[in-house]
Amino acid sequence: MSDILDILLAANFWAAALRIATPLIFGVIGALICERAGVLNLGIEGIFTAGAMAGWMAVWLGAGLWGGVMVAALAGAFFGLIHAILTVPLGLSQHVSGVGVTLFATSLSYFIYRTALPEVSSPPRIEAFQPLNIPGLSDLPFIGTVLFQQTALTILALLLVGVTGYVLYRTPLGLAIRAVGDNPSAVESQGLSVYGLRIGAVVVGSAIMALGGAFLTMSAFDAFFFGMVNGRGWICIALTVFASWRPGKALIGALLFGAFDAFQVRLQTEVGSFIPGQVFLMMPYILSILALIIVARKADYPRAMLVPYFRGQR
Amino acid sequence: MASDASTRPVVLQLTGITKRFGSLTANEDVCLDLRQGEILALLGENGAGKTTLMNILFGHYVADEGTVQVGDGNGGLVALEPGSPHAALEAGIGMVHQHFTLAENLSAFDNIILGTEPLFAARVSRRQARSKLESLMERSGLTVNLDIRISSLSVGEKQRVEILKALYRDARVLVLDEPTAVLTPQESDTLFQTLKKLSDSGLGIIFISHKLAEVLASSHRIAVLRLGKKVADLPTGGCDQRQLAELMVGAKVSETIRPPQEPGAPLFVLNGIWAGQGRNAIEGVSLTLKSGEILGIAGVSGNGQTMLAKVISGVERPERGTIKLGSVDLSHANARVMIDNGIARIPEDRHHDGIVGTMTVWENLASESVRKPENQRFGLLRFAAMKERARAAIKAYDIRCQSEESPARLLSGGNIQKIVLARTLDGAPQVVLAAQPSRGLDVGATADVHRRLLEARARGAGVILISEDLDELMRLSDRIAVIHRGHLSEADPTETLDRSTLGLRMAGHSGADAA
Repeated sequence: MSDILDILLAANFWAAALRIATPLIFGVIGALICERAGVLNLGIEGIFTAGAMAGWMAVWLGAGLWGGVMVAALAGAFFGLIHAILTVPLGLSQHVSGVGVTLFATSLSYFIYRTALPEVSSPPRIEAFQPLNIPGLSDLPFIGTVLFQQTALTILALLLVGVTGYVLYRTPLGLAIRAVGDNPSAVESQGLSVYGLRIGAVVVGSAIMALGGAFLTMSAFDAFFFGMVNGRGWICIALTVFASWRPGKALIGALLFGAFDAFQVRLQTEVGSFIPGQVFLMMPYILSILALIIVARKADYPRAMLVPYFRGQR
Repeated sequence: MASDASTRPVVLQLTGITKRFGSLTANEDVCLDLRQGEILALLGENGAGKTTLMNILFGHYVADEGTVQVGDGNGGLVALEPGSPHAALEAGIGMVHQHFTLAENLSAFDNIILGTEPLFAARVSRRQARSKLESLMERSGLTVNLDIRISSLSVGEKQRVEILKALYRDARVLVLDEPTAVLTPQESDTLFQTLKKLSDSGLGIIFISHKLAEVLASSHRIAVLRLGKKVADLPTGGCDQRQLAELMVGAKVSETIRPPQEPGAPLFVLNGIWAGQGRNAIEGVSLTLKSGEILGIAGVSGNGQTMLAKVISGVERPERGTIKLGSVDLSHANARVMIDNGIARIPEDRHHDGIVGTMTVWENLASESVRKPENQRFGLLRFAAMKERARAAIKAYDIRCQSEESPARLLSGGNIQKIVLARTLDGAPQVVLAAQPSRGLDVGATADVHRRLLEARARGAGVILISEDLDELMRLSDRIAVIHRGHLSEADPTETLDRSTLGLRMAGHSGADAA
């Protein structure tokens, strides 16, 4: 029992939890922005892959690291735009379009990767983001290890949570986004553009999702390989419900998942000799499902989510 | 009406508006003007083109022909950009739609300021907005709690938020589409007092209605639309109900009269029924319905009528109490058993509970009798027979639709109600439960509903009529009981009651107090 306590109190455990949570923070914030505007974006899994591939390839081709991040965001925005056009003005099924975007974005990413690198057997590496070393801050006990020995993208993710919260709850734009996801007629009758708001939210949300992918190839690892997103996008969709579409709770949800994951790795080394490893691998998912069951029962869905809006129709 | 009204500046002018949807002409060459401080009633039956006209005004639709001009504040007129709600708002036109356009999960405050500030401003200037709103609420008398979610407001409060939305944007013209359709009589009175006050302060108001009484009581001028054309435009003073009804319908309208009839033996008895929880609960409701009578149940909406209707139709099971039809105990019956025992239900929300919108007219007509042998054989549906019967019903009940194959949702409210009537009354039920049967219907369709209910009464059925419309109740019912906070009063013969007594009982005063 004291072993477990040791794990939970160690600074490097929380540092690992935050590291694992970073792509999820990007993903869940992106998904949350889309859904707040009333559009479910199941393209997220593919947008992760596209962001991972595009960001990595840009750097590999000689762009700077932040240039790579920009390219990843643009790739996400592009696939977001496809999803937005299909679901908002054309009003197609958001489920079908989202899954379509995931398939398209994933396959296209793999295709471009294979076309660009037909011969390689081991994925080429790039010079990835390095952990920050801020004199003073990084040396603080505990906090320094957890927060300030992360890479810049993790800090960006944390800042993004605050910015998203501020925009959604403190600015006219955020009010309009929340309103359009609740009742588009309310927005239209106040002279705002339903389509403009929804398309904008999906494009921006998708760009943010893609940063989660970029984190994988440019910070967590330094290369791109197939299957590396590994369901993280879908986890984000679930976390959005868990978070009741609130950025602060989204951060907590992502951290919780990251903590489960970091915990299972450490637990495995403690008691792995007599419990099969697969049990530990399942743990974060099982705990997420349990958390969802508890929280999602009273989830307050954006009322107009999944409902396309056509002008002049009641 | 103020005598100097005709000298006041024109704030809105519609000229030659024509709008077609495919082969249907919704508006044809309509001209309309509105002066400052004037209340104009736009009267017409459902489908006469009232809402279309106002949607053109507000930019939801673009007119095929014609122009909309608004006052520029200096006595002149400028053309309004068509098809842009934004332009209409900028020009000072505020619209309160029949179906409220409020985001339910946001506060009243957020709904009102939505879209009034530059979208990319760094923050919402709440303090300024709030002080403006508070002085506005004080001046207009439209008070609402600004900080709670719309979803926890009552219908009347939501409407106040909608009006505040328009006033907050300094509207000079306020358009209300069927504002009283969802209000109780008391709320309607309050609304019209407010509108009067607003018009006195210079606001031009157009309200759409098909209720003659309120149009006569609350407007300065009346414009009547029929089949998309304006057929009359007259000052309210000097008009009467009969004249307006004829203009609206285009033919003489006969009032439904309840012929005297001696009721039969007790038929259907509720005894001490308890059901539901909270605002919608009913507590210890008892009633006795005789055959050949109409028993009216009056009450302000939200006092348990909905639950009572659900219990009688078997949708909800009572927690306590008994339901008996003759000697048959139906206390635990579900909807199917109720129907099979001859208890017909005309539901309150006909679009939601009365039909399946995406299914065809004939499917909807057969939906309560699919298990009957005339509709199925060996478990297979007899389509030809069902459609044949549907065609007969369409003829008998004058259901206006393209064919029995049309999806039911394409029909107007009145025709949807006719589907419900045809379906429920065709089997000659012993008990008819009619919940708000004429709500939202126009004069013609209402007369039709009333005639059918009286026919059922004449052949010896018992009818329970739940309504908020006191005129309807007094005209049709043999006896009237009042429901208040889940308690149902004794039913008294209609002849012994008048509107004020009923009104007091609806507000919760007992019969003894009123007398």
